Amino acid sequence: MSILLTLYLSFFQVGLFAFGGGLAALPLIREQTVIIHAWLDPNTFTDLVTIAEMTPGPIALNAATFVGMRVQGIMGAFAATLGCVTPSLIIVLVLARLYKAWRDKPGFQGILSGLRPAAVALIAFAGLSILILALFGNHGTVPEKLDYIALICFSLALFVLRKWKPSPILVIFGAGILGAGLRLLAGL
Amino acid sequence: MDREKTNLPTLFLSVFRISAFTFGGGYVIVPLMRRRFAEELKWVGDEEMLDMIAIGQSAPGPIAVNTSILLGYRLKGIPGALTALLGTALPPLIVLSLISVFYDAFRQNAVVSTMLSAMRSGVAAVIADVVWSMGGGILKTRRPFPLILMILAFLSVWLFKFPIILVLPFCGFAGFLDAWLKRRGAEAGK
Repeated sequence: MSILLTLYLSFFQVGLFAFGGGLAALPLIREQTVIIHAWLDPNTFTDLVTIAEMTPGPIALNAATFVGMRVQGIMGAFAATLGCVTPSLIIVLVLARLYKAWRDKPGFQGILSGLRPAAVALIAFAGLSILILALFGNHGTVPEKLDYIALICFSLALFVLRKWKPSPILVIFGAGILGAGLRLLAGL
Repeated sequence: MDREKTNLPTLFLSVFRISAFTFGGGYVIVPLMRRRFAEELKWVGDEEMLDMIAIGQSAPGPIAVNTSILLGYRLKGIPGALTALLGTALPPLIVLSLISVFYDAFRQNAVVSTMLSAMRSGVAAVIADVVWSMGGGILKTRRPFPLILMILAFLSVWLFKFPIILVLPFCGFAGFLDAWLKRRGAEAGK
């Protein structure tokens, strides 16, 4: 019972503090599942991000289900998902009534103007953690362990994204095929 | 506007289908909800739909979840809000449950494992692209306050391992203070 409650409360915090959509929830999910509770190791967390990006539906809910299932089966998945949506349900219904009165208040605008740069910083933090794992594996940032194939894939993927703005799923898949192909060639 | 047609089963099936077949999170799902409910079903006006999307984005939590709760509430009150929430939450619950069951078998397969590892570079690139666009938007404001806040927030979690749930309220408060000081400054200047 208590593990279900812990799952519920962890994802309640993710739902409560994730401003600005799916990617903004990533650093919070990482903190709850990898650092505080050690439910996932960094590799599994990165796999989770990859899977959540490639499956339909909101990323935070995908993550909640995946973590809940691994920790406590289907009941865990329900507890984590429920925790993730509870803050939305309460806050959004209250906001719906207050929004019209608040919309033009400078204080409300001020709070949002502080949260926006913080959201960018936190997404950058989550992205950097994943990039380091992709480039160096589990060895930390030792220059000798730099994976050149991963570096090529990352640079190429970023270039393609900036230039043609294709669907992220296509880019992730493309990077996977390119990386696996290059590794196969390197192994021959 | 044709109001008789609003009903819970159609609401449920519409959000379920959007959530089940839309990849890539809130920024992709929300425009599809607009197409379905404002353009196809005409259950809400276009402007009203945009308002709901704006509220859904300023509230915490998944944008798609927030927007569908708002929409359901607007159409059918609390039962509508719960129906829309269920329709949005069920597809990820089903799909990810299946994936997590097969994850370990999946990971031990050499081909899948190599693919997943290689796809990490792609994920890192997607996140870098988002940071590039959002950070660029903040730089374009040409104001020192958001830039300093962004750097401080990054350093506090990266170097000092600050808990994220403390960083966000702090930044919100800093933004509130900044707006308040600016207003006082403007009033004193009069």
